[in-house]
Amino acid sequence: MIELKNLTKIFHTVSGDICALKNIDLCVNDGEIFGIIGLSGAGKSTLVRCINLLERPTEGAVIIDGRDITKLNKKELLLVRRNIGMIFQGFNLLAQRNVIKNVCYPLEIAGTPKEEAKNRARELLKLVGLSDREKAYPSQLSGGQKQRVAIARALATNPKYLLCDEATSALDPNTTQSILELLKRINKEFGVTIVVITHEMKVIDSICDRVAVIDKSVIAEQGKVSDVFVNPKSDIARDLILPKTVITDTVHGEKRLRIIFDGEASGRPVISNLVISSGVPVNIMFADTKDIDGKAYGQMILQIPEGENNYERVTAYLDSIKLKYSEEV
Amino acid sequence: MKLWENGVFALGVWETVYMVLLSTFIAYIIGLPLGIILSVTDKEGICPIRWLNKIIGFIVNIFRSIPFIILMVAILPAAKLFVGTSMGNRAMIFTLVVAAAPYVARMVESSIKEVDKGVIEAAQAMGTSSFGIIRKVLVPEAAPSLIVGAVISTVTILGYSAMAGTIAGGGLGKIAIIDGYQRSEYDVIWVSMLLTIVIVEIIQEVGMRIAMKNDKRIK
Repeated sequence: MIELKNLTKIFHTVSGDICALKNIDLCVNDGEIFGIIGLSGAGKSTLVRCINLLERPTEGAVIIDGRDITKLNKKELLLVRRNIGMIFQGFNLLAQRNVIKNVCYPLEIAGTPKEEAKNRARELLKLVGLSDREKAYPSQLSGGQKQRVAIARALATNPKYLLCDEATSALDPNTTQSILELLKRINKEFGVTIVVITHEMKVIDSICDRVAVIDKSVIAEQGKVSDVFVNPKSDIARDLILPKTVITDTVHGEKRLRIIFDGEASGRPVISNLVISSGVPVNIMFADTKDIDGKAYGQMILQIPEGENNYERVTAYLDSIKLKYSEEV
Repeated sequence: MKLWENGVFALGVWETVYMVLLSTFIAYIIGLPLGIILSVTDKEGICPIRWLNKIIGFIVNIFRSIPFIILMVAILPAAKLFVGTSMGNRAMIFTLVVAAAPYVARMVESSIKEVDKGVIEAAQAMGTSSFGIIRKVLVPEAAPSLIVGAVISTVTILGYSAMAGTIAGGGLGKIAIIDGYQRSEYDVIWVSMLLTIVIVEIIQEVGMRIAMKNDKRIK
């Protein structure tokens, strides 16, 4: 378990002190995928670097499996870090080493015998689907392939935790999806606890169990992804979940409804059924849904025309099929 | 011309090549660790030690700011102390090393500083010690740049060696100035110059090829 207690980080610069993190309290449970989302400059990269002490917090405790690692000496800290893998937005592979030697690197550091390290590296390259590229150099790989190598490298020492700092931000949507699926698989199959830093809601809602929304150096809200998704309390969470451009002028008297798909069977024609059974011709203002393993995830904003009990009829139907919704203002 | 028959040029080429290569080699034995220390103890480095960085930086700057021709005559007496003579090739190698080591240190420092900060961060995140980062990340990742630096340093030292030839030791510089210039034998100067150009070209070409071959970023 990773616990951050009252964490504060202040950068002293020539132009004055900058408070990057303020009184952060956070707890990541074993076996979960925890997301930290925020706009750039919110402090999320600093936050994830405090977990393995690449940045030393000015105040507060970083407790990993019951031990406050800010109190460890240098040697002990190196050992703790070997139990926390990390991947980055810029991949950060050693440019002068080929793929398999990159994956072997953490094992070399840990003093694993060469043959054993090679076998382990091959195993991992198979896992990430790059068995045929072990002799290639990073410059010969695509972004997605580089991140796969980085993931294999991060997992080489069998770490309990994996930190992902904007790991998909430099990748195109398809590659992002495949990397996210790989992370999910690693979490399920090996029980690796994953902390994901991102500015993209889709990353959070496709793999995370819980999420913390960070804004202006503090945690604005945190909770289960579905809860935050259905009922975002903070302005920043609303902004991140719902693109601002959606909000256009409302015609007086009309109501809008945001409906949330968080694992509905995607085969079900929800909107058509809604219109047929309620008799209200709703208008789809915005839709962002996707199908993952036959389940629908995402949200839609429906405009409900003015009229007798239209709103009630629609919500009654939504209630009857147990679909989550909230009124948009 | 007698110089040809006596094999003076052949000896000159040999003396120049071996003195330059030997001086460069010894200059790297001193300059490489100094350059690494300069880069890692920098305030942006992996192990900032302000006072050490300042002291080494100051000493390096002193030697770098004195023109070689002055430094050479100033330290020749010291050569007697360190290598037992202030004449001949041994003394000359001494002066070349003293002049070149600080230069090499700065070259190495700038090559090491080019290494991607993200890669260093990744190595730290994987639990690499500072010494491990130097050995397994900084030096190997900077290798192509270090080789290019070595080529430039070698050519610079070759230039120094010609000046050193005027007061101590032999080589093409000595031939050009003592046997050529002072006796007004201009063909000797021209031949010395031509041979120097050939040596520089060979060093440059071979060095760059090695650097290119070792750089896995291009392909």
